[in-house]
Amino acid sequence: MFPTLPYVDGMALGPVGILAFFGVLTLILEMLSPKSKNNWIVGVTLLGIVSAGVLLIADFGGMPARSFGQMELHDQLGSASELILLLVALITTLVSEPYLREKKIAFGEFYPLMLWSTAGAMVMSTSSNLLMIFLGLEVLSISLYVLCGLNRREGKSEEAAVKYFLLGAFSSGFLLYGIALVYGATGQLELAAVPGAWSTGVEATKYLLLGGFALIAVGLCFKTALMPFHQWAPDVYEGAPTNVTAFMSAAAKIAAFAAFWRLITAFAPSANFWLVPLGAIAVITIIGGNVLALVQSDVKRILAYSSVAHAGYILVDLLAHAKNPSIGITSMEFYLLSYALMTVGAFAVLTLLAARGREVTKLSDLNGLWKRNPLAAVALVAFMMSLVGLPPFAGFFGKVLIFSDAVNAGLWPLAIVLGVGSVISAGYYLAIAKAAFVDEPSESPVQRPATFGPQAAFFICMVGVIAVSIFIGPIQSFFQR
Amino acid sequence: MGLLSLMIGIPFVGAVLIGLSPNQARSLHRALGLIVSLICLGLSLVMVSQFNRNDFHFQLTEHIAWVPQLGISYFVGVDGISLWMVVLTALLSVIGCFFSVYDDGKRSKAFYALMLVLLGSMIGTFLSLDLILFYTFFELSLLPVAFMIWIWGNGDKRRAALRYFVYLFGGSILMLVGMVMIAYRLQASNGMLSFNLVQIQAAAANGSLWQGSGLILEPFLFWVFALAFLIKSPVFPFHTWMVDSYTQAPIGAVLLGVLVKTGTFGLVRFCLPLFPDVAAGASTLILTLAVIGILYGATLAAVQSDIKKVIAYSSVSHVGFIVLGIFSMNQNGLVGGILGGFYHGIASGMLILLVHLICVRMKSRSASSFGGLKAQMPVFASLFLVALVAAIGLPGTNGFISEFLSLIGAYEGGFSSHLASVAFATLATAGVILAVVYMLILFQKLFYGKTPNSSVRYLKDLKSWETIGLAVLAILIFWGGLAPSTFTEAIDKSADATRLMTINGPEMRPSWMDKSQSIGPDGGLYSQKEGATILISKAKYHGTATDDKVPYQLTTPAQITTQGGVR
Repeated sequence: MFPTLPYVDGMALGPVGILAFFGVLTLILEMLSPKSKNNWIVGVTLLGIVSAGVLLIADFGGMPARSFGQMELHDQLGSASELILLLVALITTLVSEPYLREKKIAFGEFYPLMLWSTAGAMVMSTSSNLLMIFLGLEVLSISLYVLCGLNRREGKSEEAAVKYFLLGAFSSGFLLYGIALVYGATGQLELAAVPGAWSTGVEATKYLLLGGFALIAVGLCFKTALMPFHQWAPDVYEGAPTNVTAFMSAAAKIAAFAAFWRLITAFAPSANFWLVPLGAIAVITIIGGNVLALVQSDVKRILAYSSVAHAGYILVDLLAHAKNPSIGITSMEFYLLSYALMTVGAFAVLTLLAARGREVTKLSDLNGLWKRNPLAAVALVAFMMSLVGLPPFAGFFGKVLIFSDAVNAGLWPLAIVLGVGSVISAGYYLAIAKAAFVDEPSESPVQRPATFGPQAAFFICMVGVIAVSIFIGPIQSFFQR
Repeated sequence: MGLLSLMIGIPFVGAVLIGLSPNQARSLHRALGLIVSLICLGLSLVMVSQFNRNDFHFQLTEHIAWVPQLGISYFVGVDGISLWMVVLTALLSVIGCFFSVYDDGKRSKAFYALMLVLLGSMIGTFLSLDLILFYTFFELSLLPVAFMIWIWGNGDKRRAALRYFVYLFGGSILMLVGMVMIAYRLQASNGMLSFNLVQIQAAAANGSLWQGSGLILEPFLFWVFALAFLIKSPVFPFHTWMVDSYTQAPIGAVLLGVLVKTGTFGLVRFCLPLFPDVAAGASTLILTLAVIGILYGATLAAVQSDIKKVIAYSSVSHVGFIVLGIFSMNQNGLVGGILGGFYHGIASGMLILLVHLICVRMKSRSASSFGGLKAQMPVFASLFLVALVAAIGLPGTNGFISEFLSLIGAYEGGFSSHLASVAFATLATAGVILAVVYMLILFQKLFYGKTPNSSVRYLKDLKSWETIGLAVLAILIFWGGLAPSTFTEAIDKSADATRLMTINGPEMRPSWMDKSQSIGPDGGLYSQKEGATILISKAKYHGTATDDKVPYQLTTPAQITTQGGVR
């Protein structure tokens, strides 16, 4: 007898398939084309991302449906995460080439690795099967480890790669152990089986489930860089090539938070047991991340701690969802969208600072950016104000939505902590904006002619952080489609 | 697109236009800034001409849903409280662009672009009728001012800019949480999630909003809002950021961003109508802060050697008078407070502008480096005298009207005891006397006595274009003092409505939503139903100087007075 093939939803898996295929294609192109020019590879990468995006938008949302033997889940959360991931990949591709050339690491391998990493992140965010989540996570992470060490000649880059790899492997261990415990309790790898097991299970099952939840949550806290599991983030963000930092700061978080959301949804009946510890993690992350960012002098480290703090903000929304399951994904997805625009945009501006093959990312290196590249300076100010949460930028509405969910779920103390965190954050975000927009250049810096790709990326991100707050209504309806 | 949206939108379009213009075209940047400000001023005068002075409801409203899922909308409208503030904002923007010629030296492009962003956000602040929209504009105005201080300021500008931003951002972020909590309170009590000010106030007016919300929520939210606005105003002890901004900021940012009182406006717009059960009880504490601010500001102004600081502390004192009027919550006080915000912008604006003009000429802010200017700068001296008497509050100038109304209001008393009212009024009046002291000292130091050094002798009198710009403000000072009814008539109905919203009991409060309601000439609330005009409540004073300390309430809420329309 032939085994019957499981139901395959080609449209749902299309975007992932396209990215993986284009990854292979760019790898072949890289072998064939001369090393002096990567324009073809960039073009093909962009084509892959855009075509994946078109397919994704055409098949967006709808009723949640499973295919591939229940392994793949096609729903709003997954589709929205995938769309934001593609946006991140698009912006990263636009800024990468001039930066890699400037740093003399213009290896064409960057593009296939980034595409595969994106594909892994997309797999991770479109499944509620724990094994698939783990698979996606590993595809995402292993590509990222390599990307972090792209600059082989620079000690910091190597350090970042090794650090990220060791700690990442460690956290994967936690995750796997947690998955094993949940499997032991439910007999399945499917998260959807958890609520039933919780309500009908004996006491030992509940202990297993809680233990499994705790370990999986620790693994995801590592990936999203929530305190106290954030230690790797500043070093890795600082050491990795800036365009990789831009990609990683958003992509890993988007995928990990999608998985975290599914985890929290599945374990919501047991929320009483873990709401307080996770709430404490949120408070520590928000306050700690912002305070530690204040004392940094390297812009990449500042933004690394800022991304730690923002992970804390998003966790508040997850907790609101845990307390009141009727709170949907739109707030988190909107926040991730605005976070992607402003953080990737900010790191994209930092790629301009590379000079003579070196990384120069001290705060004072931004001085006089308004003279060298007015668009980049104005865009950076917009990103910083958006990160502070100043209206009318996207970050403001992201915060309003999280405030709204927190108040709705009765978690208003967390909303107040979030507010206090934003005030602390104003100190360092303003310092960055000031360095770029106010200060005179200290010495004559290397004048690089503005290239089309990065300028387009700044423009997209800058218009984006304003446009998504003007069109927040339609965007929310789209996410709920 | 309606008139109000045009006024909000045109400055932002202007800012983008300036952003796209060539870097070195300084006169083009200035011309664009000036033209856009003038267009806004013209539109604001059109708005005044279309404004119906007998109606306390919001007029010229425009409503577009923005985030339907959360009940956030783009909702703008004007009433008597915001009317003159919009005109003032546009006027000060024109004056600011006009006189910024001494400040915009480097990077004129960014300067005028930021000025226009500031103008648009200030106008938006006054016209917004949705809490989130209001917050958007309220916070947006922080950015240009902080950067203007940072780039074009002088002295310790880093500290001034950071202080400005962190004080005001920190003060208002909790208000954002408070706004969300109000919206969810509305959902809990009335079943709809909305940030629409008119809907929330309607629920507050019939008492349903706070019914059954416990003893904590309403006071908590009142203080969250009040704190943001008291810091923004600023009321003692939150005034330090303003003193820094006055001395360190370029003149355009001072005129448009610091002088225009969005803080006291917010107190009238939100704190009084939305929290009627708490506002009365909180008034004693806020009045105490206001009186301390009046005396403290005036005293410190008298001992400053930096002339810009004299004006800054006198401004602290003036804000005290405005808040004193608002929180005495009676007819005179409230009109005095609302009018005070408008008049203060003109009088103190003219004063700081004049001081700025000699400071940039001498490159010094110390009073001791000036002296004997009267002989060589007669035009300057006479204009300075006009602004000075207005700041003191001499009869015939606009300062007198607003301060006098505030003082009467304080004397007539709010919800505090009679003794406290008399004490507040007496102490505040001492502030007027102190104002005479510090202003005359300043005048004497600048214009009489010996010239301390030779460079003062080379100071020239005002140029003719400077005189014209300042004369406009001088005319407005006397206009406001001699014919105050031009301005008060438009304010009266809205002030009365706001007062009744605060002091009356549930069901007897006016509602911005109910179009059948109107305020009669006696300050009472009338409702028109089936052709008859019904008196709902007639609270002239709540607690006059002599008797009736409690809010005046009719035993029977409805009483038919006249047939037909509103008198």
